[in-house]
Amino acid sequence: MVPTNDERRKVLIANGQGFWGDSILGPVRLVEEGPLDYLTLDYLAEVTMSIMQKLRSRDPSKGYATDFVTLIDRILPTLMERDVRVVANAGGVNPHACKDALLEVVAHHGLGGVRIAVVEGDDILGQLDELTDAGEAFVNMDTGRPFSEVRDRVTSANVYLGAFPIAEALDQGARIVITGRGTDPGLVLGPMIHEFGWSTGDFDLLAAGTVAGHIVECGAQCTGGNYTDWRSIDDLARIGYPIIDAGADGDFAVTKHEGTGGRVDVDTVTHQLAYEMGDPANYVTPDVIAAFTSFSLEQEGADRVKVSGVTGAPPTPTYKVSMAYSDGWKATGQLTIAGPDAGEKARLCAEIVWDRLRLDGVEFGPDERMVEIVGANTCHAGIAAAERADPSEVVLRMGVKGPDRAKVNRFGPELVPLVTSGPPGVTGFAGGRPKATEIIGFWPALVNKDRIETRVEIFDAPGT
Amino acid sequence: MTTVSLSRIASARSGDKGRGSNVGILARSDAAYAFLKETLTEERVREHMSAINVGAVTRYTADNMRVLNFLLADSLGGGGSESLLTDAQGKTHGLAVLRMELEVPESVLQATPEPRR
Repeated sequence: MVPTNDERRKVLIANGQGFWGDSILGPVRLVEEGPLDYLTLDYLAEVTMSIMQKLRSRDPSKGYATDFVTLIDRILPTLMERDVRVVANAGGVNPHACKDALLEVVAHHGLGGVRIAVVEGDDILGQLDELTDAGEAFVNMDTGRPFSEVRDRVTSANVYLGAFPIAEALDQGARIVITGRGTDPGLVLGPMIHEFGWSTGDFDLLAAGTVAGHIVECGAQCTGGNYTDWRSIDDLARIGYPIIDAGADGDFAVTKHEGTGGRVDVDTVTHQLAYEMGDPANYVTPDVIAAFTSFSLEQEGADRVKVSGVTGAPPTPTYKVSMAYSDGWKATGQLTIAGPDAGEKARLCAEIVWDRLRLDGVEFGPDERMVEIVGANTCHAGIAAAERADPSEVVLRMGVKGPDRAKVNRFGPELVPLVTSGPPGVTGFAGGRPKATEIIGFWPALVNKDRIETRVEIFDAPGT
Repeated sequence: MTTVSLSRIASARSGDKGRGSNVGILARSDAAYAFLKETLTEERVREHMSAINVGAVTRYTADNMRVLNFLLADSLGGGGSESLLTDAQGKTHGLAVLRMELEVPESVLQATPEPRR
């Protein structure tokens, strides 16, 4: 007999953060406004890893998502009271610093005995030479360029781990699981593997969990945020963050708490399925290759979409590695230019800056300099009618980059003087002179799985 | 045939993929999907986005979702922290593609609901 919905064992897994910098209200309201079993929090993007690496190089106690600690401090009593477990990739490039900060918060609340797990093994910076000697080429996946071009400038190297170490941490009773770099969908798949006892060969089930994870990984982007027909979405201010209602058979529903803003329908969910997609037939993760072309979506009720029939195939023998390397310097700055003739004056201003730099013997090549006239078609260059109009004001944004820090720093001092020595109506220089900041390059590569060892470390907060 | 903007018969979501971006085009009806599968080619999108993307354009399809997924190989000014651009993550590229003007048969327009307001 097919079990009815009431008989079916269900697990509610929500995602409360889509990136480092997302609203704290998302996860706070998820735990306060309705039932939940797991709260996942996705803080990492490629660019975030670069930023965290920069922070750690300045201060060895940094390099993780500090927002996470602030959040747990605020919701920990509710999490305990409602028995909600947390899985977060907040560890960034420094998961133990994150765990130490978290243990302090737990102690502060007087909640001894809280079990925290750290998933390790993603950080391979210290093993790069050993891995290269063993035969790993680390060729750039996007460009095909050889690793030798950047090897001596690499500042961080992290493997995208899969969901099984997260499940292992939960198996060991962790209430909060902190990971470093892992796949985003793995945060959701991990709890499913733990709850339903899925194994490494259950490809369709692992693919289903991966699809579920992809749908919620950007938080409110599947509940009406960043949605084309935005006027039709009610109450974006109180938008509900997404919840997966998961079942052991792999079928799941996407939903949100009752009474929250936004909308969950086939269209809002499909929008997110199309986000950051490559080949939809082969969505590659370390756990499975999921077919985003396989499943069907169905409106099952108000703010509830059922996803069924997901299929998957065996994973590849490799992990993806994300490396950061030092790649020169950049500086950007902006001025506001009021009309009449705002666009024309902005173009003149840009020419003046390049001419004055040239007068002083400083020249940036076409690939090293950038001019945007915001308000006169920056985002939709060559497309929108705005290019031909005369806006009442524009923002002139300029930037330069290159390997020579001193040269990049020569740009800033020639931008602000336009206020008094350019055309009329130039203002908005409150930010002061733009200064050079380091460019962190991103080097995607592959590494054989059998050369990577993952570990789960358990820490119990002292006290009872 | 009537000239309409692509947004009349499709919606979109875009984001970064390394040095490039992806633009998912979601047809608003089965008729619109069949029509776009024929007409919204890699070449057409490459031309439309040529002031933004200097790389190749590759198209994938997902019939179950009525999605045409376009990968723009070099559309972010280097991508990530290398980029000097405002939209270094291609967040607005979906809307840029939706501004495309197309000749659409009446039958497709009739079978396709208007954008929701």
